[in-house]
Amino acid sequence: MTDALLPLLVLWPLATALLALLAMRTSAILLALGTLGNLALAAALAIRLPAGQDVSHNVGSWDAPLGIALRADGLSTFLILITALASPLLALHASAAYERPELRYFAGLFLLFMAALNGLFLAGDLFNLYVTLELLGLSAVALAALSGGPLALAASLRYLLATLTGSMAYLLGVALLYRAAGSLDMLQLAGRGPDLPGGAVAFSLITAGLLLKGAVFPLHFWLPPAHANATPPVSAALSALAVKAPLYLLLRLWMVVYDGAWPLVSDVLLTVGAAGVLWCSVLAIQQQRAKLLVAYSTVAQLGYLLMALALVPVVGAAAYAGFALLLASHLLAKAGLFLAVGNLARRAGHDNMKDFESVVRHMPLSAAAIALAGVSLMGLPPSGGFNGKWLLLQAALEAGKGWVVAVVLAGGLLAAVYVFKLIEHTFGGRDRPDAESLPRRSEWAAFALAGGAIMMGFAGYPALRLLGGVP
Amino acid sequence: MSQNALLPLLLIASSLLPGLVIFFLPENAVRPRTVLNLTGAIAKLLLVAFMLWGVSRGESYAVSYPLLPGIDFSLRADPLALLFVSLSAVLWFLTTVYAIAYLEDAPNRARFFGFFSLCVTATVGVAMAGNLLTFLLFYELLTLSTYPLVVHRETPEARAAGNRYLVYTLCGGAALLLGTAWLYLETGTLTFAPRGFVAGSDTPAWALVTIFFLLVSGVGVKAALVPLHGWLPRAMVAPAPVSALLHAVAVVKAGAFGIVRIVYDVFGVEYAADLGVMDALAASAAITIIYGSLRALTQDDLKRRLAFSTVSQVSYIALGVAIVGPLASIGGLVHLVHQGLMKITLFFCAGNYAETLGLHKVSELDGVGRRMPLTTAAFSVGALGMIGLPPMAGFISKWYLGLGALEAGDTWAVVVLAGSSALNAAYFLPILHRAWFCPPAGDWPPLPAGARAETALALLVPPVLTALMVILAGLLAASPYSPQDWATLVVLREFYAP
Repeated sequence: MTDALLPLLVLWPLATALLALLAMRTSAILLALGTLGNLALAAALAIRLPAGQDVSHNVGSWDAPLGIALRADGLSTFLILITALASPLLALHASAAYERPELRYFAGLFLLFMAALNGLFLAGDLFNLYVTLELLGLSAVALAALSGGPLALAASLRYLLATLTGSMAYLLGVALLYRAAGSLDMLQLAGRGPDLPGGAVAFSLITAGLLLKGAVFPLHFWLPPAHANATPPVSAALSALAVKAPLYLLLRLWMVVYDGAWPLVSDVLLTVGAAGVLWCSVLAIQQQRAKLLVAYSTVAQLGYLLMALALVPVVGAAAYAGFALLLASHLLAKAGLFLAVGNLARRAGHDNMKDFESVVRHMPLSAAAIALAGVSLMGLPPSGGFNGKWLLLQAALEAGKGWVVAVVLAGGLLAAVYVFKLIEHTFGGRDRPDAESLPRRSEWAAFALAGGAIMMGFAGYPALRLLGGVP
Repeated sequence: MSQNALLPLLLIASSLLPGLVIFFLPENAVRPRTVLNLTGAIAKLLLVAFMLWGVSRGESYAVSYPLLPGIDFSLRADPLALLFVSLSAVLWFLTTVYAIAYLEDAPNRARFFGFFSLCVTATVGVAMAGNLLTFLLFYELLTLSTYPLVVHRETPEARAAGNRYLVYTLCGGAALLLGTAWLYLETGTLTFAPRGFVAGSDTPAWALVTIFFLLVSGVGVKAALVPLHGWLPRAMVAPAPVSALLHAVAVVKAGAFGIVRIVYDVFGVEYAADLGVMDALAASAAITIIYGSLRALTQDDLKRRLAFSTVSQVSYIALGVAIVGPLASIGGLVHLVHQGLMKITLFFCAGNYAETLGLHKVSELDGVGRRMPLTTAAFSVGALGMIGLPPMAGFISKWYLGLGALEAGDTWAVVVLAGSSALNAAYFLPILHRAWFCPPAGDWPPLPAGARAETALALLVPPVLTALMVILAGLLAASPYSPQDWATLVVLREFYAP
């Protein structure tokens, strides 16, 4: 019975998305229905997934290579669950952020985005992964353009070009693999990647495409403007959810199809990740606009994910668990942070940090959300960010890579600088008590997400149990 | 969950819950806030008293929850933890009373008291941490919950002080994290144990020495060991109750307590001495003692003078730890309590001068003893105790430190102690002389109508009580449950092999 949940996890958000685009007045209800139903399905899957095993479902009972195979293991279930936990809160914030016609577009696009994301986590073959990846990219671009300002339109056009280029590179790689192996099913390809003719080229193309779509330094150029100029719930969805999918995919392909091949790959990814952590943290510190600061912080934090990912074939369990926990806690923390900063910007009418009015007095929950999310981003205990960083440190020490340890610690301190730059500006400044006050739910959504990142610090054990071993 | 597992959690909750609730109370809900604060503080006192009684009968209170494989969140009320917890519980209660009066009608009190409670929660957690990771967790929580208190006034100066504080403490936290992660990789455990858990592992000595210095420099930031002390004098811009908290109850104490934990319960003092790291710690403590006193001499701002005095006095604890031998250990540990009592008295009094008469500088204190006799008497007790005059508490600390140094054959430490006492006298006695014997420069502002004492009662009673404690801790040092008695129990039961 459990396997019937897999198609439902795609179909439910998809169906509510289509309804939301068609129906005029019920967007808020459909948004709630779609995200909460998705959460219920995800929770059911997480509860019923047998420990350390996979569940698979062949759509229409067609077997691979003809049919569509959906598979869920610990990693995909974990990610589906965390995404499903965050999405109702994003929807709650959105319901206060948009007027009616815009809310309808948001509801439709966001639910489509969720369907694509779930599909990506569940897809068992490379072509369906391409389809979901493309769907994810396109719905994300449309979301980024939703605010309609000229800056947002320019940024989302750039985003569109980047994501299409990334998809093309990925598709080219997949085509090479298909020509060599005659199959696209990941299980049928398992471990064969390095020996196939053109396998190395395919891997480079796929990796480059995914890194571009994942906005990993130095291919991050499109992310900061796109994320910083979108409306807050969209920024949060993009920064927290969208950029994680390509990295997840990279881990899975590399570990399953290529069996973690080539030590060089590990070294390159490690170096690129470390450079991203350091350089983009410095860029984040230099920003004057709060939303740009948060966007650059996303690129920096993606560097940690890449470093953990690079260590998975080298040390195994610690790096794998570190990757998953870092991903989940960054997801929650960044969603909360973007919503909170969005609240501040909405009250002020701009997002120049220097001119924020004494926010802490009027929006204590948003200020608290910034602080809590900041704790997780800095990797201070108790938080999911700390747990992830601890595992990453253990992995680096185990691999004997002292310089990685140094980068992780330096990255934490740099994160502290930009987080406290943000926090410092919520104190002090002129007081403007007459400014527009926000609906309470905008503040609570941000606070709950950031609080979730802290609670992740106490959920390390159950999370690891759900994750199981390295795929 | 058994009662013995519940008590440490209740001890944490007694300040955590009021703190969290206070954040959500409206700013003008003064009465509910005061009731919550005082209920929490009194509940904590009762819990601590009960646990002291239990531990002295051999009960053990512990609770743990797994965070990651091999890593637990672990709270344990061992005798050493209770020494620190009792200090902070008593002083938290008094500081809360003082702060309620001090901040009357000031803005942002909900935020202040919320973080104030979080700060004490973190301190209790630091004290009761059963392993290095839990210690790190609360240590960082302490950093974060103190920051809003330091920048409470929201002036550019306060924000600069806050930034300075963060730079120091977060770098310290990073060093501590690195040391902890490395130690875990080498030994596979982080659980504090009597006489340490490091001895017997096959880790090379150079790695252990590096780890030791990483850990100690991590906690040394909060303990204000020179050259890691730069944040402390700057943080004086915060309101007086915060200074009391920084210097006596929480932050500096947490750092000193960390040194105690790391030396005795991670490495074991004899093993650490074999590694050769105790000499470095002793040297650093001695330099800090003398340097802090010298800097204190030239400060005209009263709170800055007290701040440098803290830099100097807290290192007595580190010195006691660094000298191998039970007597010096007792001296260092008991000074953890005694310094807290004396320094909080001094800061309360400095706050009273500032709040009642607007006096901030030493040079303005001429004749203040006639206008505020009780406050000045309390100040005098604290100052004389710092100098080490019997029968004040400070004498007991110095006596044991001196005996311990002689026992270990470290005569240079006795010279440092004597020199520091002379310097203490040199920067405290002029204040007393001015306050009692110099004629006032002009007329004092008249007492407000209806005043029953020299200042508000809630401002006056806490320093008088702590001054009494300073005298009693010295006079009754040999009686059961005195700080000295408890420190002896800790040292004999936990630190040295019987």
